[in-house]
Amino acid sequence: MEPLREITAVAAPLLRDNVDTDAIIPSREMKTVSKTGLADGLFAGWRYTAIGGREPDPSFVLNQADFSGARILLGGANFGCGSSREHAVWALHEYGIRAVIAPSFAPIFAANCIRNGLSPVRLPADAVAALAAHVAVDPRSRPITVDMLRCEVRAAAVDGAAALRFPFTFDAESRDMLLEGLDAIDLTLKHRADIEAFLIRDRSARPWIHLGRHNPDRST
Amino acid sequence: MAPRTLFDKIWDQHVVRELADGVALLAIDRVFLHERTGSVALKGLAAAGRPVLDPARVFCTMDHIVDTFPGRGDATRMPGGEAFILETRAAARAAGIRVFDVRDPQQGIVHVISPELGLALPGATIVCPDSHTCTQGALGALAWGIGSTEAEHALATGTLRVKRPRRLRISVEGRLAPGVTAKDLALFILARHGVAGGDGFVVEYAGSAVRALDMEARMTLCNMATEFSAMTGLIAPDEVTFDYLRGRPYAPQGVAFDAAVAAWRDLAGDADAVFDREIRIDAAEVPPMVTWGTSPQHAVGIDSAVPAAGSSGAAPEAHARALSYMGIEAGQALASLPITAAFIGSCTNSRLSDLRRAAAILRGRRVAPGVRAICVPGSMSVKRAAEAEGLDKVFTDAGFEWRESGCSMCFFAGGESFGPRERVVSSTNRNFESRQGPETRTHIASPETVAASALAGHIADPRRVARPEAA
Repeated sequence: MEPLREITAVAAPLLRDNVDTDAIIPSREMKTVSKTGLADGLFAGWRYTAIGGREPDPSFVLNQADFSGARILLGGANFGCGSSREHAVWALHEYGIRAVIAPSFAPIFAANCIRNGLSPVRLPADAVAALAAHVAVDPRSRPITVDMLRCEVRAAAVDGAAALRFPFTFDAESRDMLLEGLDAIDLTLKHRADIEAFLIRDRSARPWIHLGRHNPDRST
Repeated sequence: MAPRTLFDKIWDQHVVRELADGVALLAIDRVFLHERTGSVALKGLAAAGRPVLDPARVFCTMDHIVDTFPGRGDATRMPGGEAFILETRAAARAAGIRVFDVRDPQQGIVHVISPELGLALPGATIVCPDSHTCTQGALGALAWGIGSTEAEHALATGTLRVKRPRRLRISVEGRLAPGVTAKDLALFILARHGVAGGDGFVVEYAGSAVRALDMEARMTLCNMATEFSAMTGLIAPDEVTFDYLRGRPYAPQGVAFDAAVAAWRDLAGDADAVFDREIRIDAAEVPPMVTWGTSPQHAVGIDSAVPAAGSSGAAPEAHARALSYMGIEAGQALASLPITAAFIGSCTNSRLSDLRRAAAILRGRRVAPGVRAICVPGSMSVKRAAEAEGLDKVFTDAGFEWRESGCSMCFFAGGESFGPRERVVSSTNRNFESRQGPETRTHIASPETVAASALAGHIADPRRVARPEAA
């Protein structure tokens, strides 16, 4: 996984609350058993004029010239709620998004972000609103920086507007994963001996969990 | 040892190793996969050359896009869907995983078949790349939805790296009124505390009204913990749980079952265990609920009017957008809204008791003209049991379609849908924009309310449907 340390980019506002993963990628856009080929389906229901079509709806933020090349989304509360489909994160990532800044995230969506090099940054609603207001004046000359090393979101002073700086908290494990681009399975397999020791203990403590002997599939 | 909650005890029992910052490496007892999101996990794992650590604890079903019309095969209504079924089958077989396949008599929706087969057990950790995995918390398990990459991790290592959540107890005391169900309680909690109300928490449902629920109703309640943005929900195992599990195929049998029950009795939280947050609900306050908008928190009592902006808890713009999408106005009586479709099914409400309660309302009656009504049993076992009682005849005589089991029209995958601007009363869990089809308008409710509404041709209070005289 590609490390994510610091990103400075155009930020697009999508400030409604409860943006669900059906909206991020409709199920009908998940056409093959694959983690790729999903960017065209991103926000399909809002982004295109017709269901299944590909004619851009000019009213949708990512279709506006000011926000082309956006790599940061500013979102509302409970971003990514609903279905666990990781396709929502794969679609965002493939489109180019590397950070979503929102007051809160649905837990499965946030975990999926971490596993794919996309940072779910929690900031209070008024901070997200301040960033959106700052960007709105001229999105292209007012990029936002997400700094995972310092755990802060910044916007530089520009045209008389003061600089903005919002620190955020991030759990250490997730932050390390993003900063180093780590593969969680590789990390965990270093604890193989602990896992095997657990299983030996657990087979006697909770034999009903371990289906080896009384598994109806295997005893017939 | 300090007093512990049910969650604490399950967590502690599964810690393989403490990692940094409140994250633990947790042992995972059961992994479930389905063709929609499990297929891609198996494919990813195979591509990385990583074997499944213990295939005997992994199970796979075909539920999400599998056809639900009688006589079905691998072909799907969703364009290209057959490839998901074929690839899932091939990958699962190659990995040595038990598949409840399209024609398997035990096939069904993952969160219906796992409990009914005795795969979900008290105290177990259970994951599936599916948000409604929380349903299985009803058995006193720690069961939660994950992404496909996390599923790969669970398959390859038998563990997950999990940040310990805070603990929230929702105590529901008293008794639910007649005609009020676990579904109404779930919607009531969402309406009162919002869809982000469980953010950062694992929820334990407790109190006399929860203990009084049967096992299937408990599953309905826990099912919507993900709509609350909680990690999951769970209920302490008790005699109801043990009676439900006794004799189920994958549950321990005989003396092994008795030994397991003895251990499971110790899982209930200590009396003086402390929660990080407490919510108390008076069961008598809960009416039959129905959603009016495009979020599960947009729910009100069925006798209510569509709320005005400012009284709904939604931001004004979100409120206006939801009204516009749903084609309704503030102040309209919900119970007057004409419907064109009714759907009974999904991992929330498709079990035998759900079908029985709906059938009790439908028996001897016909759905209103112009209403398309569909019933999709949650598993083939549920379907057979319902048919043995003649429930299929009650549904079909009333004008319902009677389907094979699967997730069906709970969500739109590009195949079947109800149509643009059609108004559906549905026993499902999500009323998001276009969830059941492009521009389809979904009102979530209990199976009873769906049945009563189908008969009336408009959203209707099931308590007002006169019961036919006992024959």
